[in-house]
Amino acid sequence: MAFLLKRRTVVPGFGLSLGLTVLYTCLVVLIPLAGLFVKSWALPWAEIGEILSAPRVVASFKLTFLTSLIAASLNLVFGLLVAWVLVRYRFPGKSLLDALVDLPFALPTAVAGITLTTLYARNGWIGQYLEPYGIKAAYSQLGIVIALTFIGLPFVVRTVQPVLEDLDPESEDAAYSLGAGRLQVFTKVVLPLLWPALLTGFALSFARALGEYGSVVFIAGNMPMKTEVVSLLIVTRLEEYDYAGATTIAAAMLLMSFVVLLIVNLLQWWSRRWQAA
Amino acid sequence: MNGIGTNTALVKSQPLVRTHESKWAKWGLTLLAFGFLGLFLLLPLAAIFSEGLKKGWSAYWTALKEPEAISAIKLTLLVAAIAVPANLVFGIVASWAIAKFEFRGKQILITLIDLPFSVSPVISGLIFVLIFGLQGYLGPWLREHDIKIIFAVPGIVLATVFITFPFIARELIPLMESQGRDEEEAALSLGANGWQTFFLVTLPNIKWGLLYGVILCNARAMGEFGAVSVVSGHIRGMTNTLPLHVEILYNEYQFVAAFAVASLLALLALATLALKKILEWKVRSESEARP
Amino acid sequence: MTGLSFRVIAVAVIFAVLGAFTAVAAEFELLNVSYDPTRELYTEFNAAFAKHWKGKTGDSVTIKQSHGGSGKQARSVIDGLEADVVTLALAGDIDAIAQKSDVLPKDWLKKLPNNSAPYTSTINFLVRKGNPKGIKDWDDLVKDGVSVITPNPKTSGGARWNYLAAWAFALKKYGNSEEKAQEFVGKLFKNVEVLDSGARGSTTTFTERGIGDVLISWENEAFLAIKELGADKFEAVYPSLSILAEPSVALVDRNAQKKGNLDVAKAYLEYLYTPEGQEIAAKNFYRPRDPKVAEKFKEKFPAVELVTIDQSFGGWAKAQKVHFANGGIFDQIYQPSK
Repeated sequence: MAFLLKRRTVVPGFGLSLGLTVLYTCLVVLIPLAGLFVKSWALPWAEIGEILSAPRVVASFKLTFLTSLIAASLNLVFGLLVAWVLVRYRFPGKSLLDALVDLPFALPTAVAGITLTTLYARNGWIGQYLEPYGIKAAYSQLGIVIALTFIGLPFVVRTVQPVLEDLDPESEDAAYSLGAGRLQVFTKVVLPLLWPALLTGFALSFARALGEYGSVVFIAGNMPMKTEVVSLLIVTRLEEYDYAGATTIAAAMLLMSFVVLLIVNLLQWWSRRWQAA
Repeated sequence: MNGIGTNTALVKSQPLVRTHESKWAKWGLTLLAFGFLGLFLLLPLAAIFSEGLKKGWSAYWTALKEPEAISAIKLTLLVAAIAVPANLVFGIVASWAIAKFEFRGKQILITLIDLPFSVSPVISGLIFVLIFGLQGYLGPWLREHDIKIIFAVPGIVLATVFITFPFIARELIPLMESQGRDEEEAALSLGANGWQTFFLVTLPNIKWGLLYGVILCNARAMGEFGAVSVVSGHIRGMTNTLPLHVEILYNEYQFVAAFAVASLLALLALATLALKKILEWKVRSESEARP
Repeated sequence: MTGLSFRVIAVAVIFAVLGAFTAVAAEFELLNVSYDPTRELYTEFNAAFAKHWKGKTGDSVTIKQSHGGSGKQARSVIDGLEADVVTLALAGDIDAIAQKSDVLPKDWLKKLPNNSAPYTSTINFLVRKGNPKGIKDWDDLVKDGVSVITPNPKTSGGARWNYLAAWAFALKKYGNSEEKAQEFVGKLFKNVEVLDSGARGSTTTFTERGIGDVLISWENEAFLAIKELGADKFEAVYPSLSILAEPSVALVDRNAQKKGNLDVAKAYLEYLYTPEGQEIAAKNFYRPRDPKVAEKFKEKFPAVELVTIDQSFGGWAKAQKVHFANGGIFDQIYQPSK
């Protein structure tokens, strides 16, 4: 494998480590995913088009994208706020709060789903206060947004936090000494430096939300055309013994996640270049 | 993509707290952050424990001592005990290859390693059904040779390995990249062989990051629901993991028991977070001790 | 070899030798793949059967259970879940297994008495105590402002019975007009607030989350909810016409044979038809087939006018194709309203 090397080095083990990596990646990731594509590509194009353009499928893609977008946007705003507060201020309970931010990473999604449903249902701790105002949280699109916000919460905080910590306070000080207002300093000095990290966090939160299943099924209500997300639709198709439909929708979904992932990697590449400049 | 493991918070110095906002703005923002996190994190956490303990401690313990709960705990531990070491070895090997060498196709490899992270858990389960299921590519052959993969422990392990695949590798790659290979090259020029270099030079440098990756990988391995649900077959006492057991209890009107088992998983999550915090302190004190 | 592992091996060898001399009683392990609402029924039945089998043959048998939505469970068996017996919500799901895999024969329905359905059930309504919306019959479910809970007929067997019962009522009411029936059922599903994937999910939504005015449900599921969650909170209502629901059971020959369980699996299903099995079914709110047992429990199960799937819909294969297949009538109901 030495021909792949761009630069020679004395560090040993290139062939062995790369060989093992590629082998394991192929076995665990590449071959299984390829199986999915082979299965759906066996269908004629017309049929693929028909499956993907069915109103119910279109509606669920729209719903999934819309709710993921809203959830990721919420996380963008509040993630920035939380990161800002955690980095800039001192207050009691700060390190507890900091640790808790990662809870959605560590808590199983099914547990999150059941718990959120219990909280936001009509007779739940929070739901009962929303009910008099005619707000239906659980079993509605709002419920999906709540679940997706929960699972995507750590991303923006954790991508923005380190950048904010490394920020040189001198440029802010300089801006203040030149008489700039607080809001001006934030939008003109701080925000431009945070944009790459914010966008990365946003994209990650969005990508995670697109594929979410465990927490959403409990809280969504699962009505076709209204509150049926793509992951659920795939499961529904499977349970109807419609393997062609399930694999086609799954392959389309996979392609989309791949594109989002690619954008994330480009964003990071861009942010690295941007910061180097 | 540091978002998975969020290792970026690992090595940080206490920042200068120099702010220009008014006291009011400061407290307002802090309260807002508290409110948001309280609503989305603290309240659900409190709800789990409050629902689990609704009928007192004895009901709580009974739920955890049931044979089916015990077997779910055992299976969950077994799956994690296979998936985590497998991905640990892979993580070290992959990050060695990626961080220490410049080669063609590196970006493609990294994207492939990332892929399981963005794939819907349902799809992760489905792909294994497509391969090993009776109607799948290998199904008939496996049946003839009496090998069970799907709806048995191997299938659950496979799905878990897939889901947790990127965690340790993605934790180590940026860490090893930032450390470069000067120390390794020095050791080698002094006559150490490859393995000695790895164990005496590289491993001590990455141990905290490695441990951190293992903790996160383990939490995810024990908590996975969607993918495991597709390949498990839900046979009680045999192929039910803890998250699936929570769902079963919930469906049997045993809400207290469901939340009791869920609280076990929540405790695991909290232990994970506590361990992570301890690691951060350790790393910080170590990096401060160094000149 | 360390001392510990040596000891482990030594103990294992001793047990193996002892086992070779003492092995007279065989041990069997059956896997029963079932649908959602039968959890309580089979917990009780399995214990009774194990005792019965031990007394009859001296062999011990443990029965493992798997529960979930009926369609999902059938798919698992198709994909290779090694069930010895399947006890699903309807014949259509077992038909699917027979068509899409080779684990059981196509004529499975004729292998056991009574269409291979040892117990029956029907569809009724669960309403909140005092019946605040005054729900008496299927007509009341299409009224404005009535919120209905039912699982999704695509994924839940019980929901298919729900749907067909409503259809049968509409056919009778509108003089066999299929168009009117479709309109009626369409209106009913417009009133559905949450469409869970399984019967259990729907019951939980109705009882625990407090959503909906009426739950269309298996009779047994409604009774169980009242028993488990409080007679002071819910009551059952019987419509003027419902459907005879026949949850079918079948031996999965190929799996049972491979695992050496053929005899015990057969006996397991046959035991469902004995007076003991029938009593357990009746106690768990399933309508028994055995006339004597039925007589004993007749207080429990009110007489309702019931149509059957064969009379009104021409059997499961046809009903499945017309109503629930991709692009069938149920899908048309959920097309966007123009």
